[in-house]
Amino acid sequence: MYTQALNARDTEAGAVEDADRVAAFQARVDAEEKIEPNDWMPEGYRKTLVRQISQHAHSEIVGMLPEGNWISRAPTLKRKAALLAKVQDEGGHGLYLYSAAETLGVSREELTEQLLSGKAKYSSIFNYPTLTWADIGAIGWLVDGAAIMNQIPLCRCSFGPYSRAMIRVCKEESFHQRQGYELLLEMVRSSEEQKEMVQDALNRWWWPSLMMFGPSDTDSQHSAQSMAWKIKRFTNDELRQKFVDATVPQAHYLGLTIPDDKLSFNEATGHWEFGEIDWDEFMRVIAGNGPCNRERLAARKKAHADGAWVREAALAYSRKRADRREAARHAAE
Amino acid sequence: MTSDLFTYTLRLADDAAILGQRLGEWCGHAPTLEEDIGLANVALDHIGQARNLYSYAGEVEGAGRDEDQLCFLRKEREFGNCLLVEQPNGDFAQTIARQLFFSAFMLPFWRKLTGSRDETLAAIAAKAEKEAAYHLRHSGEWTIRLGDGTAESRARMQDAIDLLWPYTGELFEVDGVVERLVADGIAVDPETIRDEWHATLRRVCDDATLTLPPVGWMQSGGRSGRHSESFGHLLSEMQYMQRAYPGMRW
Amino acid sequence: MTEKTTPLWEVFIRSRTGMAHRHCGSVHAADAEMALQAARDVYTRRGEGLSIWVVPSSEIIASDPAQKDELFEPTASKIYRHPTFYEIPEEVGNM
Ligand SMILES: [Fe+2]
Ligand SMILES: [Fe+2]
Ligand SMILES: [Fe+2]
Repeated sequence: MYTQALNARDTEAGAVEDADRVAAFQARVDAEEKIEPNDWMPEGYRKTLVRQISQHAHSEIVGMLPEGNWISRAPTLKRKAALLAKVQDEGGHGLYLYSAAETLGVSREELTEQLLSGKAKYSSIFNYPTLTWADIGAIGWLVDGAAIMNQIPLCRCSFGPYSRAMIRVCKEESFHQRQGYELLLEMVRSSEEQKEMVQDALNRWWWPSLMMFGPSDTDSQHSAQSMAWKIKRFTNDELRQKFVDATVPQAHYLGLTIPDDKLSFNEATGHWEFGEIDWDEFMRVIAGNGPCNRERLAARKKAHADGAWVREAALAYSRKRADRREAARHAAE
Repeated sequence: MTSDLFTYTLRLADDAAILGQRLGEWCGHAPTLEEDIGLANVALDHIGQARNLYSYAGEVEGAGRDEDQLCFLRKEREFGNCLLVEQPNGDFAQTIARQLFFSAFMLPFWRKLTGSRDETLAAIAAKAEKEAAYHLRHSGEWTIRLGDGTAESRARMQDAIDLLWPYTGELFEVDGVVERLVADGIAVDPETIRDEWHATLRRVCDDATLTLPPVGWMQSGGRSGRHSESFGHLLSEMQYMQRAYPGMRW
Repeated sequence: MTEKTTPLWEVFIRSRTGMAHRHCGSVHAADAEMALQAARDVYTRRGEGLSIWVVPSSEIIASDPAQKDELFEPTASKIYRHPTFYEIPEEVGNM
């Protein structure tokens, strides 16, 4: 889903691959056959997948933090349960995706290390702060909404484990978006003050949500290869347009104004046309200079460091128990 | 009698709500991804129990207060949860010790409460009993691994047990409310649970190579609204929205 | 700091529908009991299962994709194993 930073070029293409094998591989992909972990695959395909899947996994994990920020302050018990279940689901998504990446020969520990060292990227959206309760609704509606747009085509991705993980994820996502939208609906209907909170949240989350789809197709060199490999089914701009077309009427239903004075409906094409995305901001946040990049990484590092002794203890116990069993067997012989 | 039942149900609701609140704080910060998801499940069980219990308490009271008014609009001195559940998460060992002490009590407690003459409490207990059985398994298995893991984990787990032990006495407290409801066949006499509770802890601690402290001086006060200093902070966070925006729908 | 790796386990769930255990994903856990708990917590949050198997991933023996043809091609020609290979007059009824 969060494929936006994928578009870096693979410079380390490496050894020349057997043209026949590459052609046979492409033929399988073209025939919509699924590629499985032990199958031969071009090195570029493998690398692209590891990068995309792990980046997606990191996004799910870091994505737990902005929403997690409101679990302790949810206004009702019903909302608290829904939010906690939702954030927990995101952890599950990260787990499914790490597992899919692991089938390609990278361990969870390596992937975690890449995130914590800052080497791996994650979606820029999670570097924005959640300032009010309305942000929780806006994230469910817009961020999960954008994620769903991205993820549905990934269910048909050529790589089996990724596609299966995405099918599982997509089944869980629709509750995320619905709980967000319902929450906003309740707020705009309840009072003018709450409606203002919702509008404020939309103002802050709209543009970052559009950025979630990644750079414009004209600036996105990697797209064509990913499309040929059926890792990607639609271009960034196609998905972004789909998202805008779906979301604008939903915003109007809430009685909200999209913070874009260039927004207009084109009767001829049937699409909503929108203004220019601030790509400087996008590049800045991706590069590490968004409002919360440092906090997000620090929180992940802290959880990892604080948990080290627990993970070590569990491993030590399992070794001890195996040793004891071994000793008991020797004694019995 | 009605006000006894209200008080009793409310205490159970407060226990569940406050423990759920504390466990929810772990989300996104647990030692492993698997455990992050596991702790959230335990938290969700408690939030679910709290909702049922608050709703029933509100019904019993008959003053029109719903689950959220009871959870988010009462003050510190009105909360009747035991001190154990409000103790800060601390490190993972402290969270596990809190969970072990509490679930080792709540499993036989809910089982007995399924025989309550109050049908609603009995029904809530039937569901909660299954949840508590898993909570006990989860915390018991972790206690064993931390206790019999590394030198560091053993020290941390023993410290956690020692730290939280004085908060277990309150689980067995009987005041007039409990006494009258026990006599009426509605509440559980905690004294009937003590042996099983202690045996469970002994078994787990033996496996974990940990020492259970002797029964000595015990903390008290939660049931009558005298809480830990940290509790007010928990409430100010938990109740922030309802306090800042009174009377709104969410 | 390179961390010691926690073993990977494959998770199989039998759903309510009476179907066989089915592979649904994997978890990391130090031992079997922890793997079982993790599998329960991760993969049965929506009432998906009634029974769980966990198997150390390292214990799975997989067929070699390079041998796909010799393993699976030969069955393709044995169409006489399929019921539609045989013609039964309609008057005979369902068979
Ligand atoms: Fe997700
Ligand atoms: Fe996602
Ligand atoms: Fe989601």
